[in-house]
Amino acid sequence: MSAGTLYDKVWDLHRVAELPGGSTQLFIGLHLIHEVTSPQAFAALRDLGLSVRYPERTVATVDHIVPTTSQVRPLADPLAEEMLATLEANCRQHGITLHGIGSGRQGIVHVIAPELGLTQPGMTVACGDSHTSTHGAFGAIAFGIGTSQVRDVLASQSLAMAKLKVRRIWVDGRLQSGVFAKDLVLHIIRILGVKGGVGYAYEFAGPAIEALSMEERMTLCNMAIEGGARCGYVNPDALTFDYLQGRPAAPSGEAWDRAVAWWRSLASDPGAVFDDEVRFDAAAIAPTVTWGITPGQGIAVDETVPTPEELDPDERPLAGEAYRYMDLRPGAPIAGTPVDVCFIGSCTNGRLSDLRAAAAVAEGRRVAPGIRAFVVPGSEQVAAAAEAEGLDAVFRRAGFEWRLPGCSMCLAMNPDRLEGRQISASSSNRNFKGRQGSASGRTLLMSPAMVAAAAITGHVVDVRALLAEHPPTVERQPPLTPALP
Amino acid sequence: MSTVPLPAGPIAAHRGRGLPLPGADIDTDRIIPARFLKCVTFDDLATGVFADDRSERAGDHPFDRPEHRGASVLVVNSNFGCGSSREHAPQALMRWGIRAVVGESFAEIFFGNCLALGLPCLTADPADVTELQEAIAADPGAELLVDLEAMAVVLERPSAGEKRWPVRLEPGPRRMLLSGQWDGTAQLVAHDAELTATASALPYLNGFR
Ligand code: SF4
Repeated sequence: MSAGTLYDKVWDLHRVAELPGGSTQLFIGLHLIHEVTSPQAFAALRDLGLSVRYPERTVATVDHIVPTTSQVRPLADPLAEEMLATLEANCRQHGITLHGIGSGRQGIVHVIAPELGLTQPGMTVACGDSHTSTHGAFGAIAFGIGTSQVRDVLASQSLAMAKLKVRRIWVDGRLQSGVFAKDLVLHIIRILGVKGGVGYAYEFAGPAIEALSMEERMTLCNMAIEGGARCGYVNPDALTFDYLQGRPAAPSGEAWDRAVAWWRSLASDPGAVFDDEVRFDAAAIAPTVTWGITPGQGIAVDETVPTPEELDPDERPLAGEAYRYMDLRPGAPIAGTPVDVCFIGSCTNGRLSDLRAAAAVAEGRRVAPGIRAFVVPGSEQVAAAAEAEGLDAVFRRAGFEWRLPGCSMCLAMNPDRLEGRQISASSSNRNFKGRQGSASGRTLLMSPAMVAAAAITGHVVDVRALLAEHPPTVERQPPLTPALP
Repeated sequence: MSTVPLPAGPIAAHRGRGLPLPGADIDTDRIIPARFLKCVTFDDLATGVFADDRSERAGDHPFDRPEHRGASVLVVNSNFGCGSSREHAPQALMRWGIRAVVGESFAEIFFGNCLALGLPCLTADPADVTELQEAIAADPGAELLVDLEAMAVVLERPSAGEKRWPVRLEPGPRRMLLSGQWDGTAQLVAHDAELTATASALPYLNGFR
């Protein structure tokens, strides 16, 4: 059993009671809600005659269904409009802060909470969205929950949870240039499998992880859930504190110093005990692309689609389904696979550093004929910061569309979707059948820089080749600084 | 689609016909595609169950086959319900009429969502699951008894006699279902004094003092 890990410490601090079913009641420090998974929870609360226990610990935004072309109200889709109006009414009635369209703070829930400084080390975070694991980048313990649990958190600011085991994923070395956190996490999931993390919290540690920026750590933790781990985290360090300092919801003055001291104390102890440990070498990882219908079906861009013989017997049935669905031939190189649509955005890769990496590839080039390419910033703040440094112009000049913030074609609940058997290069997190809005649509997951490279060439290509022939002129810049009132 | 009322109170057993749905890693996007999530109540979700898979298979999907109409015990393989945390998935299955799921393994969030709705997800050995799926396919009219007391699934065939398979469920969830305390909100609300005590000791709620 794990001991002395950040997970153990945070768990102990948030324990409320042991429940008859054998689970533990855990206090939830930050509850994030959005328009899709909350309306039924508020309705259930009303039916039970309960109120919101800690309205100041719940924060709302709208992201999943908002259109990215025009966000003028009422929205063109009456169902989408009804969902926004329902969330607004619920927040008003219960005194919950809502960062709505045009507030300057709206965006994908997992993008805005960190950038507002709401997500902090040592917190428990819950949200009715599986990619809540993102917040673990700050050393928070963060899980996605279902609507009944959203109701539970609203009613009691707590959840019934069973304690997870802790696996340390130790990553040595450094990622090569042109290789990103997205490639790292796709590689980890490829090796450990989409079920490999079931029952575990993932602690990401080691020199390669310490070298990642906060935004890269968010990308990594975001996809812990795709590896089956309910949550993933990185121990807080100086980089974490630098990122948080000065953000609207971060502590300030003397409280800041006390906060940093407390946050430091939460990191896993040097002698911490883990239930399991696996090791990776970052330097050996190449840009990674999925070829199949789960995020675990990934290969390096210079590899070939695995043949059944190259796979474990228990992976073969799913691979067979994937060959048919994706229309990819076993043994064929993944590089050169033509794409139709290129999507840069989502809570995995819709932050400023992601847009910079993609813009560095797009700069001075043109999207290949016949390709639809679009960029959806993760939040209004990301959009404003990107526009301030001219990234929107770089993308537009290259032939990309520059859109308004939201989840967009990550799950295609808004008008952004694939059509028919179109195939997309996507910086999002799921390549499930039908995920991007067409029942037969196909998705190749990759880093934003790789998506930009696919847009330029019209097919899957190793972004390092493009970067070598024409090195980036968009400088790597310091992380986004808060520019809010 | 079902008119059977949604569960309430203790759940010790369920009797109904089986519905085999073979395949590993069936994710919640397939159980209920995202476009059906555009709703503010769960009431009409039954129409969206496996909508894309069903249209792809044009009437030949297990949820469309006439012999499984009215079935209520879903039998699946491994990692069922992976992917998105959407509770719409179990809600849609329940509104279609599913009242118990037996499978090799379940994704954690899906399992928790089901438990909170009173939908038992029981695990069984892979070989037993395959056998059960085949037995249902061979005799789709036979009733299944899902017994949480005896921890078994029993196929009741009037002519060929009964056949039983052991199933598993962690003691905690099992107790919750048997006692009717699977809807945990009341328990959580009851510990308000302890909740306040926990909150008052959390540095980030108290100016980091
Ligand atoms: S971007 Fe995609 S994964 Fe992220 S919150 Fe939105 S829908 Fe969920």
